[in-house]
Amino acid sequence: MSPFFQELFEALNRGLVMSIALIIPSAVGGVLLGILTGCLRAFGDTFIRKACDTYAALFRGTPLVVQLFILYFGFPNIGIYLTPYAAAVTGFILCSGAYQSEYVRGALLSIKKNQYFAAQALGLSKFQSIFWIIIPQAMRKALPGCGNEIIYLIKYSSLAYIVTVMELTGEGKTLATEYFRFTEVFAVIGLYYLALVSLAILALKKLEKAVHIPGFGKG
Amino acid sequence: MPESLSIIKGALPYLLHGSLITAVIVTGAMTVGLLLGLSMAVGQVYGRKSLKRVIGLYIWFFQGVPILVLLFLFYFGLFNYMGLNVSAVAAVTVVLGMTTAAYQANIFRGAILALPQGQFKAAGSLGMSDMQAILTIILPQVLRLSIPAWSNEFSIVLKDSALAFVLGAPEIMARAKFVASRTYQHLPIYIIAGLIYFVLTWAGVRALAKLEKTVRIPGYSNKGM
Amino acid sequence: MTRNTPILRVENITKSFGGNPILKGVNLSLNKGEIKILVGPSGGGKSTFLQCMNCLISPDSGKFWLEEKPVDIFSKKELYRYRQQVGMIFQDFNLFDHLTAMDNVTLALRKVKKMDKKAASTRAMIELSQVGLDDKTKLYPAELSGGQKQRVAIARALAMDPKVLLLDEPTSALDPDLTGEVIDVIRNLAKKGMTMVMATHQISLIRTLADEILFMEAGTVVEQGSPKGLLVPGTRSQGFCDKLNSLSGEGI
Ligand SMILES: Nc1ncnc2c1ncn2[C@@H]1O[C@H](COP(=O)(O)OP(=O)(O)OP(=O)(O)O)[C@@H](O)[C@H]1O
Ligand SMILES: [Mg+2]
Repeated sequence: MSPFFQELFEALNRGLVMSIALIIPSAVGGVLLGILTGCLRAFGDTFIRKACDTYAALFRGTPLVVQLFILYFGFPNIGIYLTPYAAAVTGFILCSGAYQSEYVRGALLSIKKNQYFAAQALGLSKFQSIFWIIIPQAMRKALPGCGNEIIYLIKYSSLAYIVTVMELTGEGKTLATEYFRFTEVFAVIGLYYLALVSLAILALKKLEKAVHIPGFGKG
Repeated sequence: MPESLSIIKGALPYLLHGSLITAVIVTGAMTVGLLLGLSMAVGQVYGRKSLKRVIGLYIWFFQGVPILVLLFLFYFGLFNYMGLNVSAVAAVTVVLGMTTAAYQANIFRGAILALPQGQFKAAGSLGMSDMQAILTIILPQVLRLSIPAWSNEFSIVLKDSALAFVLGAPEIMARAKFVASRTYQHLPIYIIAGLIYFVLTWAGVRALAKLEKTVRIPGYSNKGM
Repeated sequence: MTRNTPILRVENITKSFGGNPILKGVNLSLNKGEIKILVGPSGGGKSTFLQCMNCLISPDSGKFWLEEKPVDIFSKKELYRYRQQVGMIFQDFNLFDHLTAMDNVTLALRKVKKMDKKAASTRAMIELSQVGLDDKTKLYPAELSGGQKQRVAIARALAMDPKVLLLDEPTSALDPDLTGEVIDVIRNLAKKGMTMVMATHQISLIRTLADEILFMEAGTVVEQGSPKGLLVPGTRSQGFCDKLNSLSGEGI
């Protein structure tokens, strides 16, 4: 292998590790935040519901890059200094949580009230009805959308480069500029992302299949 | 704060001017996406196997690679490589257009498959050619059914267009960055930029919802899409 | 307990929705083994009354006695225990969509009655074969016909050993050719002495099963009595049943 490509792969593998270090906490945090706000948007009392709706609308209605800029470049104006990594992960969690909450909310609202009634009629407590009936059903309905959102997150993790995190895109950009070989470098980076995304899709399909129940989702 | 207020006041027209460039990019990209996406959808449903495979590959690629990487790849790489001298705005428009085309192809394909089976045959039985049937019978129905999903795609493209500044296209974000670095008022400036995008998204989605209502035909819905 | 002590008694149930009174003080008292049937025009309040009876809809006022002991429906614990003993069958089955027929029956046995897994499945198996579904235990609701779903729902309710069963038009969401299998199950229950309150428009059930018919209209019981006493010319109930007859073509 030519020294250039050797250096390229070394840099990209370094970047890949950083990308994964961005993606995993962001995905987990985004899902948790999405579940929390999704539940509040579906069942919270009026004030909390409105507040969470506003949060979701704001983060879904503005570009992620603006959110990152506010966190990284804007917050120092009010005395809050975030490291590039912290700014990126915070932005990813907040943004992806807003999208996730949409799927969680939709799934919860799509469950017929009668399912809850039937549980109550058997003497299940409110908590038991939610835990054994509502959540298992909502989880399955929300899974495809939430999974898709994680795929988006993998791709948008490349924006961390804009707030100077040296992940896949950042490492690649540096090298490409140095050697002025954009086509090769970005084609290879593209393949890295394709691999990540395809793997994630595969894993999600597996998961969907594992929890599949007739009458839920496709098939 | 009064100082930053006056800065914002001064910067607002400059930022709003950038939204014209944003509008050009988004309109262009959505048009490219519509034409290319529709053709690919038709190809995937009615085309022969090899064509389907090529389109599948295209969709896999553009849905799997981040916009940022695609922008760099095409603008600094492939376009140069091919000896094309395109402006940043044109490059962003084309790249966003090609990307949204991949997603739009899926939307339109879903709509075509959701149409009642007999439509194509009925057209054929009237003596229409395949092409005529697709253009006059299938597409008008498909376009109607696709508006909600298309509107969602529009809001994604609008937000992605904020990445155009990395190539130096003078749209909202690039201008916000410029003003912010000059005045050190990063927070208010980026909040204003965010609000502009928010309003644009909202207005666009509203307009498309209105369009959907006006072209709605009784008995049509996009259930199950 | 003698046959004359009521097993379940509710008094003066009222309920209004958005200012509209839907139930205007309904009373009902059930002895062991008794079957009371609610009839009446649509919107008369039958479903609302049945759902108030186990507080799925909380009534605006009303008193409850189970085996002559007053039930405090505002105590959650007492309410949950009361509901265990009053089974409910819904018009649209309401099986838990994410659970197999078997798990639909075992869920409450395990979570409410705290039975272990094995005991619960044994019990569920008994109930499911009672309704003729021993070969369908592993299927999900989406894989069952309407009649089969309703039979699972009945098995699910019976597994809890309810003292009373409330049934809200158990056959009216079924295709005509599937009502038979559910009616047979209900007849069997009656034969075994199950105490029931049922809203139904099924003439054959009304005529053969009812110990008492309650004709509900606009939130009150306007007529009540035995089928013999009530289904005679000149009563509201008879007029109503005549109409049902001419719709269904069933003889009375
Ligand atoms: N949740 C609710 N909110 C407002 N009104 C309601 C609600 N539930 C029932 N009602 C009203 O209460 C009245 C009685 O309804 P109910 O379902 O009890 O009648 P029913 O006798 O069971 O009729 P059917 O034979 O059609 O089942 C109806 O007018 C209905 O519109
Ligand atoms: Mg009813």
